[in-house]
Amino acid sequence: MMHNSPALVPLLFLGTAISLPVLAIKKTKAAYPVTIVASFGSIIISSHNIFRVLRNGPLTYHFGGWFPPIGIEYMLDPLSSFVALVVNVIAFFVLWHSRGIQEREIPGKSVPFYALALLYLCGANGIIVTGDLFNLYVFLEIFSLAGYGLIGIGEKQAPVASFRYLIMGTVGASFYLLGIGFLYIVTGSLNMADVRNILPHIHGNPAVTAALSLIFIGMGIKMAIFPLHGWLPDAYTYAPSTSSAMVAPIGTKIAAYVLIRILFFVFGVEFVSRSLPITDLIAWLSAIGILYGSVMAMAQNEMKRMLAYSSIAQIGYIGLGIGLANPLGYIGAVLHILNHAFMKGSLFLVAANLRRKTGRSDIAKLDASLRKKLPWTMAAFTVAALSMIGLPPTAGFFSKWYLALGAIDKGNWVFLAVILISSLLNAVYFFRILEKVYLIPPPQTTGEDLRPEARKGWGFLVGEETYSLMIPVVIVSFSLLLIGIGNATIVKEVIQRIIPLGM
Amino acid sequence: MTDFLLGHFVYWSIIALLIIGLYGMMFKNNMAKKLIGMIIFQVSIIMFYVASAVKWAATVPVLDPATGVADAAKYISPLQHCLMLTAIVVGVATSGVAFSLAILIHRNYKTLEESDLLEHMKSS
Repeated sequence: MMHNSPALVPLLFLGTAISLPVLAIKKTKAAYPVTIVASFGSIIISSHNIFRVLRNGPLTYHFGGWFPPIGIEYMLDPLSSFVALVVNVIAFFVLWHSRGIQEREIPGKSVPFYALALLYLCGANGIIVTGDLFNLYVFLEIFSLAGYGLIGIGEKQAPVASFRYLIMGTVGASFYLLGIGFLYIVTGSLNMADVRNILPHIHGNPAVTAALSLIFIGMGIKMAIFPLHGWLPDAYTYAPSTSSAMVAPIGTKIAAYVLIRILFFVFGVEFVSRSLPITDLIAWLSAIGILYGSVMAMAQNEMKRMLAYSSIAQIGYIGLGIGLANPLGYIGAVLHILNHAFMKGSLFLVAANLRRKTGRSDIAKLDASLRKKLPWTMAAFTVAALSMIGLPPTAGFFSKWYLALGAIDKGNWVFLAVILISSLLNAVYFFRILEKVYLIPPPQTTGEDLRPEARKGWGFLVGEETYSLMIPVVIVSFSLLLIGIGNATIVKEVIQRIIPLGM
Repeated sequence: MTDFLLGHFVYWSIIALLIIGLYGMMFKNNMAKKLIGMIIFQVSIIMFYVASAVKWAATVPVLDPATGVADAAKYISPLQHCLMLTAIVVGVATSGVAFSLAILIHRNYKTLEESDLLEHMKSS
């Protein structure tokens, strides 16, 4: 049992996803508790894993007893166990929150929805844990196909958005497959550690260059790096609120993780930053993406669409950290994977609560009555917005701080300026909402903006909140403060353990 | 030069397929045609892998008593074929999801032309 633990989380999710439609064939209500139990189990296993990894060093698991490079290897090092824990924790809170939302937005589809969500998490965990390049492709496709389903299940426009995402995503995955084909032809191996040992002997080979470019383009599409982001805004906007909250914090982060893993741990820092300076390209594209996403977010008047464009900007931060290719930038990128998962998760959950309460989330329609109706949701929004802007002691400040230090270390003042300007732009588009929620009075002030039953007893504290919708949002967004305060521990104990060689 | 062209003719045809697929996905307005482009694109990658396994004067990777196991070079590499079996399954699943999405789109909007769809999405 103990030595199997790297494989347990993907198998747990896969097993639950397949058995869920059977279990829930008579009682569709069973889908929700089963999903929650599986998701909670994954948190327990992955926190157990991260403690074991931090104490005893990397864990490996060989499928069927075949040792690498022949067999498929699952490997947990501090980086992968950290990302797995982040993904499973945020997924648990989104799933916990999902009950009230999916009953209303996608009535009668709870069983397929939860089965897809579990399959999505199976793919995500498989990508994180695998040490085999082709196995990664298979999990990537499981992950993406479940993601297309999660998005396409939404409102009338959702299938169109999902279809366009599918075309783009398949091109991305196919480019990745072509890239590892080139790698396999020149190295004869698909195991990441093995390929890494072989590559230094054949660095002059043009096939390696082609492989690197193809993998970068493929993962760039999945990650929505600036010129390849076309699928993202529509997909996030038209998806059901729970799916957006599920796909936004996890989807693009997984692709960023794959990029980190392959650039720094397969090709090696030396190769990607000096022999073929692809990290510079990533950094510049990300810098443009940060500004573009922030400016476009300011121009939107629908909250989910604004958050989608803001995601493009935030992905830019992670890309910038990867592109700096120095230890501080790397720390910033990995820390921002954690921070952005929690920030975007809580913001999309807030948007879901707004849609549930008022039916829509147009920014122009927001006013101060929401502050009384949804006090805790709005408090959660404020914390997450402050973290997006990057005010200390929220988590968002620290990842930007490391990125800024990394930019200074690299001596590139343009990137520093980009980080500062985009923080200002973030402030503009979040304070626009905060101003409406806390300062603009509702159009006709009758004094009756709360229902009578909500004004009795503790009602003045909670307004018209539904507890099952409020508690996950509040936990996720207030944990941003905890992450911010505890960031030194996370960086020292986890991220610094696995700075790629040669940085 | 002719040697270079003729010697790599498999790769030229794969590149041609790749470009046809990309052209279909990028420039065709109809979503069914985009899907066809996507499938051609995937097939070209499968062909690429299979082509990389080809070896002259070697046989299929099934144990043949006449050949024996002493010289592995007499068999072609089976790994690419196994990988591509998986990739074909993945491709079938992808096109299944894509077709069901296309059916949903047609039910919602009665058209598969992307430019019309974008108009409809804006107006609703």
